[in-house]
Amino acid sequence: MAKKPLLEFNQNGIYCAQGDFYIDPWRPVKDAVITHGHSDHAKWGHQKYLAHTLSREILYHRLGQISLETMDYGESRIKNGVKITFYPAGHIPGSAQIKVEYQGEIWVVSGDYKTEDDGICTPFEPVKCHSFISECTFGMPVYKWQPQAEVFKGINEWWQQKQNEGKTSVLAGYSLGKAQRILQNLDLNIGKVFTHGVIHNSNEALIRNGIELNPTTLITVLTTKEELKGNIVICPPSAIGTPWMRKMNPYSFGYCSGWMAIRGAKRRRAADRGFVLSDHADWDGLISAIKATECDTVYLTHGYTASFSRYLSEIGYDAREAKTLYGNEEENEAEEAKGENL
Amino acid sequence: MKAFAQLFLSLDETNKTNEKVRVIKDYLLSVSDEDKIQMLALFTGRKPKRPINSTQLKEWALELSQIPDWLFRESYEVVGDLAETLSLLLPESENQENKSLSTWIQEINKIRKLNDEFKKSWLLNSLQKMTRQEMFMFFKLLTGGFRVGVSQNLVVKALSEISNLDPATLTHRMMGNWEASTFSYQDLIAKEDGTSDISRPYPFFLAYPIQETSEKQKSVEELESELGKADDWQAEFKWDGIRAQLIKRADEIFIWSRGEELATEKFPELHPFMMYLPNGTVLDGEILAFKNEQPLPFNILQTRIGRKTLSKKILRENPVAFIAYDVMEFYGEDIRSKSQEARRKILEQIQSASPHQDKFRISEIIQTNDWNFLAQERERSRDLLAEGLMLKRKSATYQVGRKRGDWWKWKVDPLSVDAVMIYAQKGHGRRADLYTDYTFAVWDGDKLVPFAKAYSGLTDAEIRKVDHFVKRNTLEKFGPVRTVKAELVFEIGFEGINKSTRHKSGVALRFPRILRWRTDKKMEEADSLETLLQFLK
Repeated sequence: MAKKPLLEFNQNGIYCAQGDFYIDPWRPVKDAVITHGHSDHAKWGHQKYLAHTLSREILYHRLGQISLETMDYGESRIKNGVKITFYPAGHIPGSAQIKVEYQGEIWVVSGDYKTEDDGICTPFEPVKCHSFISECTFGMPVYKWQPQAEVFKGINEWWQQKQNEGKTSVLAGYSLGKAQRILQNLDLNIGKVFTHGVIHNSNEALIRNGIELNPTTLITVLTTKEELKGNIVICPPSAIGTPWMRKMNPYSFGYCSGWMAIRGAKRRRAADRGFVLSDHADWDGLISAIKATECDTVYLTHGYTASFSRYLSEIGYDAREAKTLYGNEEENEAEEAKGENL
Repeated sequence: MKAFAQLFLSLDETNKTNEKVRVIKDYLLSVSDEDKIQMLALFTGRKPKRPINSTQLKEWALELSQIPDWLFRESYEVVGDLAETLSLLLPESENQENKSLSTWIQEINKIRKLNDEFKKSWLLNSLQKMTRQEMFMFFKLLTGGFRVGVSQNLVVKALSEISNLDPATLTHRMMGNWEASTFSYQDLIAKEDGTSDISRPYPFFLAYPIQETSEKQKSVEELESELGKADDWQAEFKWDGIRAQLIKRADEIFIWSRGEELATEKFPELHPFMMYLPNGTVLDGEILAFKNEQPLPFNILQTRIGRKTLSKKILRENPVAFIAYDVMEFYGEDIRSKSQEARRKILEQIQSASPHQDKFRISEIIQTNDWNFLAQERERSRDLLAEGLMLKRKSATYQVGRKRGDWWKWKVDPLSVDAVMIYAQKGHGRRADLYTDYTFAVWDGDKLVPFAKAYSGLTDAEIRKVDHFVKRNTLEKFGPVRTVKAELVFEIGFEGINKSTRHKSGVALRFPRILRWRTDKKMEEADSLETLLQFLK
């Protein structure tokens, strides 16, 4: 009888039969191990959760009073002989790659990851394994990121310029991870940072978790136009174009996303400026990460899975597409970035 | 080319008209006159001839990128622009040099005549001295259309602010037969027009639709309250042909299309009457396929447009005529500032003096002072092979470009059928990486027969939903085309329908587009081929 794989994809999520637990399940299950706090990976309704320590407050904030156990990078738990260890994924604070080990066989589930050190999360660390379950959101060779120092130099110059023109700068980026990465890299000598409520809530959760963040001011009904003028506002993409933005007039609106690498996507979004800033690995990052695992088999969960698996096959991997429901957080971001103002 | 690359980047970085004008002015004020005229040539669609065919260009450039051909093709689908795709796939080089835009264009024109080996080494060598943004511009110069997303109006506005010349004058000077090598920036902005170009056309005056969409019907009462008395308007049928400007100057003739293409040789049957016109005559009108005193459908004219040489057979079977509706120049005098009514009198005078009235026709005026009568006449348009009515204010001058107020088009409502989407393909430009180009089918018995492609008419939110549907309901992939589960029903509108042997369905539609997404209909309720064929009668 052929050996059952250590991890498999079923209708509920990524399942380990030997340990009887799921990784990032999308349907309610008994025992869930969570890679990170984004809503397409951390779903509501499981009986038990195991996640990284730095995901604790955001999970409570988003999912309410769940039954949650946490552990740090390098720590392990054993479930029915299966060893589970967390390694940093570099995607957002608290994001973990999950190593699953049984009788010498090693699988790693990447969750979402990026290979560049962004200064706010523990940098990505490659983990040697036999089988690697990877994302490939930006798995096309046209996606190549600039070092973040260059991107933020551009963002700060833009803010300074808008301030000189007497405008408020508005930067859109999703609320968990991107927003804080932006916040920690803005040049606070230029002015003050204001936040939208959704971003504020994520910030508060992370601060409760012991993460230090630069000071921000929440925009409320009492905030005046004059206070905002020349300063910068961080908001989620969904706030763009809503009446909430009236107070910022006159403003210039920048959008931070990996999708901004393509001119068409940028023009569709009708952003004044598109900044190419992603929390996912680019093409070279994905390939170097996969090579560093020294794995034989790669499963691709979301992104350009068809093209990327074909490419990996051509360079000698056993690469397969896996059907999952991940990518929705990014997809929402992506579709928002793609779909508006066509 | 750094300045030019920066211009392009800065234009991309703003949506504000004033900002764009400022960026163009900054560029013009900072580069040499040669680079100015090159930029103006490029921004008005005057690109150097392709020096390297796109297959070779792609092949050679990809040698630097080390990715397989299939991955290049899929990357192109994601990006939706060849030049941009190539620039994103190639490595950026360390050592750069900054050649001017005009130097690059000179080189491009030179290597066009050299052999492949030279071309290739020139290309690879050039690519190793550029930033990514310059590479993008460079590939734009070497490949298809140079579309910049900046209207000519903005360029003219910037130029006008720099030169203190009137925008209409500049628009006129920038029309016609010039290239960067035959025109200088100084001539363009000279106080007195020094041109000796006798072929130069006038900018076309273009009408706005009086009904924005077919769903926003205007009643006779609404028209009357918006436009005033019917008596103030000159009404004509709107013909479905090729808008053209006919010029006779210094015993030479020129035929210009709306897209500013010189098409003189494509319509030899118009030459005799044009030669008979007085020197210094410029006419505006429509070229139509025309036989036995009757206009023919547009697809007959289409069979002639693409051809390099016109056979005797084609000329015999598909002859054309010109229906004149305006005159801009008479005995060498620019009469665009005269009223519509006055120009019309002159036009009638010219036409009635012509011995070639079978080819030189005049657009008849619908004489009435009653909006109700015009509404009835509009209903007859399709039977007459017209697209609807044109309304021109009798006191109007002949203006430059698309202007509201004095010229309106009042088109007939489109024909329509309900059809099922069966194939989808990704769009380009702003629609890159989204499924926005669809093929539609109607029922023929229990089979779905494709009959039209359309890629406009949906809202942004609807496009997102359809894209989502396509990605989750793909049955098969053929290159860039996906076969999609037949399920979604759309109402497809079109202006006309003709028999066609080239299409499976046996019909070809004119201007098909999506009128609305029929979420209320199941695919079984879509129309049949029979319904479609009935429109042919």
